[in-house]
Amino acid sequence: MSSYFKILRAGINSTFQDLGRFQLQHLGVAPSGCMDKFLFSISNKLVGNKSSEGALEFAYQGPLLELVGESASVGVSGKIKFNIIKKNGEIINGESNESFLIQNGDKIDILSTIDSAYGYLAVSGGFKLQKVNGSISTLVRARIGSNDGDKLKIGEKILLNNINSSFTPKKIKLDLEKDNIIRVIKGLQFNYFSNNSREDFFSKEYKVTRLTDRMGMRLEGEKLENIVSTNIKSEGIIKGSVQIPGDGQPIILLSDHPTIGGYPKIANIITADYDKLVQKTPGSKIKFKMVDLTIAESAFRQYVRKF
Amino acid sequence: MLKKIRNIGDCGISCDFGDEVSKKTNREVIKLFNFIMEATRNKKLKGILNSTPSYNKLIINFDLAKVKSKELIEFINSSDYSKTTLLEKNKNVEIPICYDEEFALDIKRLENKTKLSFKEIVDKHLKTNFFVYMIGFVPGHPFMGDLGKELEIDRLETPRVRLPKGSVGVVEKFCNIYSFESPGGWNIIGKTPFDLFDINKKDPSKLLPGDTVKFKSISKKELLTFKNE
Repeated sequence: MSSYFKILRAGINSTFQDLGRFQLQHLGVAPSGCMDKFLFSISNKLVGNKSSEGALEFAYQGPLLELVGESASVGVSGKIKFNIIKKNGEIINGESNESFLIQNGDKIDILSTIDSAYGYLAVSGGFKLQKVNGSISTLVRARIGSNDGDKLKIGEKILLNNINSSFTPKKIKLDLEKDNIIRVIKGLQFNYFSNNSREDFFSKEYKVTRLTDRMGMRLEGEKLENIVSTNIKSEGIIKGSVQIPGDGQPIILLSDHPTIGGYPKIANIITADYDKLVQKTPGSKIKFKMVDLTIAESAFRQYVRKF
Repeated sequence: MLKKIRNIGDCGISCDFGDEVSKKTNREVIKLFNFIMEATRNKKLKGILNSTPSYNKLIINFDLAKVKSKELIEFINSSDYSKTTLLEKNKNVEIPICYDEEFALDIKRLENKTKLSFKEIVDKHLKTNFFVYMIGFVPGHPFMGDLGKELEIDRLETPRVRLPKGSVGVVEKFCNIYSFESPGGWNIIGKTPFDLFDINKKDPSKLLPGDTVKFKSISKKELLTFKNE
């Protein structure tokens, strides 16, 4: 019998994710995959997994898990407040970005993310999950992927790939960016917006609203005036696109984005700043900065060196 | 013809075939789409994550660690994909539809706007040889055309929050099928029991861009007893 985690509390939005499912967008399937690639990879690194191994992604309040079976090494990445509750009732403060060993009957209680939205929990050897079209990622909206395409639910058991590797303590010091500057490249319909609105977009702050999830991030700020048409012929979407619907308030499309869409796009987030963006919580303010492709590509080279 | 290629952020390109929405333009898009998919399979092209055809554009998303937009644009510009055939890959599909008033939620609106009787609307719908322009929004969901001018109708002013799976809708010259229960603003003309998407199949989507579709009228009883393969 393999070991498993019993879900005593599911958390707000806990799903299994890896690097995403590709080559299916032309059939209406969004790529999904982890929101913060860097923290996802850190969680796997902590427990010696390959960097693409499926991990548990949680948002804000995470799950309460009880281990049943053999001891396992666990890594929680991000800025996370969590406790390890030993079988004898002893409560230990959890340290994120540091691996730890838990025994049969111990619990991990992910209380909250701190000034950030997403965190990851990886276990040595990985979770026992079935790949669907090359990925274990869960796309809840289309009911595709691990856990029957659904979020974690209370009472479920998540099986582990029992790897009896010896425990090696590991600690990774993270230097996470805290600023609110998000770099973008001009979007396909940049010239649909008035000169004033183009200026506003780059000079004013935009507030992240509560209407934000894995699909998209709705912002609130200076209304952007469309001088051409508020609808375009529907076209393929790439994550990080900043679309402006009729009400003039930006929506940034994220990992579970619709596959095609009919709103004009003023800008696209550069790959190197995507992780920073998705960690912004409702109420925080961001500012867009225009860069060109050369700068975006060199920022990407710098970004991958962190991994 | 491919009019221009533009960057989308740092990991995408848009191949634009002009502003016209027609089968002719869309066929060009699908040719390039088939060509990119084939080049990816044959490993002539690396780093392609997704390639999404729409009415008049092909949007390609790539892995910046494996390929840069400049290389990809050069590859497309130096390729002759005009000979990529559509015929081998594309098929004609017959889709059963029940026009019973229980499912045709917008009969009244359709009759009022088109000044045709529902029977006339159904006849025209059944006669149309639909072309699948693109699949998307939700998995397996087709955007098809072209309905005749006399059937053209706008979206609902207020979209429905929830439409049953299988609902068939019309807007402007287009027809769709809600492959999953979802919100939607199209005028519902009937319902199909035909499953359009199953992720566990080798070919998850029954329809592909470039396929053609004809509807076949079935009774409510046939709808309820229909068995998907």
